[in-house]
Amino acid sequence: MQEFDVIIIGAGPAGLRAAKVLAEGKAKVLCIDKKQEIGVPKRCGEGFGLSWMERLGLKPDNKWCLQSINGAALYAPSMKSVKIDFKKVSGYIIERRVFEKELAKEAASKGAMIRTKCHASDFERKGGKVIVSCAEQGENVKYATPLIIAADGTESLTARKLGFDTKIGLNDIDSGYQYEMANISFENPHFIHFFFGKEIAPRGYLWLFPKGKNCANVGIGIAGSEPKTAKEYLDKFVKAHPGLRNGSIIEVNAGTIPVGGFLDELAADNLLVVGDAAHQVNPIHGGGIGIAMEAATIASGIALKAIAEKNFGSKFLNQYTVQWYETRGNKLKRILKQRHMLEELNDNNFETLAKSISGSDIMLIAEGDLKSSAKMVIKKLVKHPKLAKVMLKYLK
Amino acid sequence: MTAVNDRNKCCYCAGCPIVCPVGAIELIDGIVVIDKEKCTNCGACVKVCPVGAMSIKR
Repeated sequence: MQEFDVIIIGAGPAGLRAAKVLAEGKAKVLCIDKKQEIGVPKRCGEGFGLSWMERLGLKPDNKWCLQSINGAALYAPSMKSVKIDFKKVSGYIIERRVFEKELAKEAASKGAMIRTKCHASDFERKGGKVIVSCAEQGENVKYATPLIIAADGTESLTARKLGFDTKIGLNDIDSGYQYEMANISFENPHFIHFFFGKEIAPRGYLWLFPKGKNCANVGIGIAGSEPKTAKEYLDKFVKAHPGLRNGSIIEVNAGTIPVGGFLDELAADNLLVVGDAAHQVNPIHGGGIGIAMEAATIASGIALKAIAEKNFGSKFLNQYTVQWYETRGNKLKRILKQRHMLEELNDNNFETLAKSISGSDIMLIAEGDLKSSAKMVIKKLVKHPKLAKVMLKYLK
Repeated sequence: MTAVNDRNKCCYCAGCPIVCPVGAIELIDGIVVIDKEKCTNCGACVKVCPVGAMSIKR
């Protein structure tokens, strides 16, 4: 049986990042994915902020950066909008399948072993190691390792099979549906567009992320507990918009986003959980590429220490939990409050906000700056005390 | 009564296994497999499904 220092389950952004960092640290690492092709199908709007790329040391590459983004437009149901203009490139809409393949090539070049169409069906703890049974291109193979990194997405089957509960309630999950559309027309291709309203996307929003001038990811995320499906809302929106109505659908994407329910612990004996599997997602916009890759970097640092000290116990590995919350988790928990605020707003509230506040005001809220946000709400919503009260409840 | 999956509608997004409170649903080899013995007909999978591929049937 082949042995590895670490086996990573899932070759998405988090898993491939971990593979690279661990290989650079001279660990013997295997990264497997049950799909036969990395990066496909995407479950993603493909927006990636420049500040995240810089934080992760990634250079924007024309191979996968399809469209530069300088700002965002937020639309109330009447289509009155608030614009956030950064006046410079603040992010890109990327091509996930190309991006992830580049990550895979880089990890492989550092010495990581990657295998696709390799499904880890069973995990067994034995003598301080985990035996992973895999179906690899139809053949049964077993690998052994003292440490598993579960990077297998929202479904998080690996963690669950290793006795680590990552179940999530219907209120903490968004149900998402998206069309990649071609031959459509929309306003500014250098802006990402968000649409709000109870009839448009109950307890969520609808997005249009441009991929070139006449193409875009048009998608929706709504609360998992909503009775109508995400598809119904998306179809209704597309039909109602002349610029989209006659467009072609070149890809259909479905997925669920763990927007709440952060886990108290991100590690157990022989196990580190990263990315969507660990619910590491921005609760306001549902974005998770950068967050997942950052978490994978932190987890890999602890993994390298664990290998050096031959300690794969839960207590040691949970240093990752502490580091992640300090670096990112606590901030995301604050942002989760803002999500609950957003969920409480009705259509009239959205209209009032679109008239009363500016793009930079929205940025204060989105970035989780509670104090400044509260000050702004008190100042700008003097004439709307009811709405201000609702919002202030969440800005403490 | 049990949850059923309409393969023509299903996009294999794996939303249903995540929300199933009793672990009755798994995505195996790209197909949604439902354990009828475990299923409690709670409807969580029906609600979370983005495309309406899940339903509760006799």
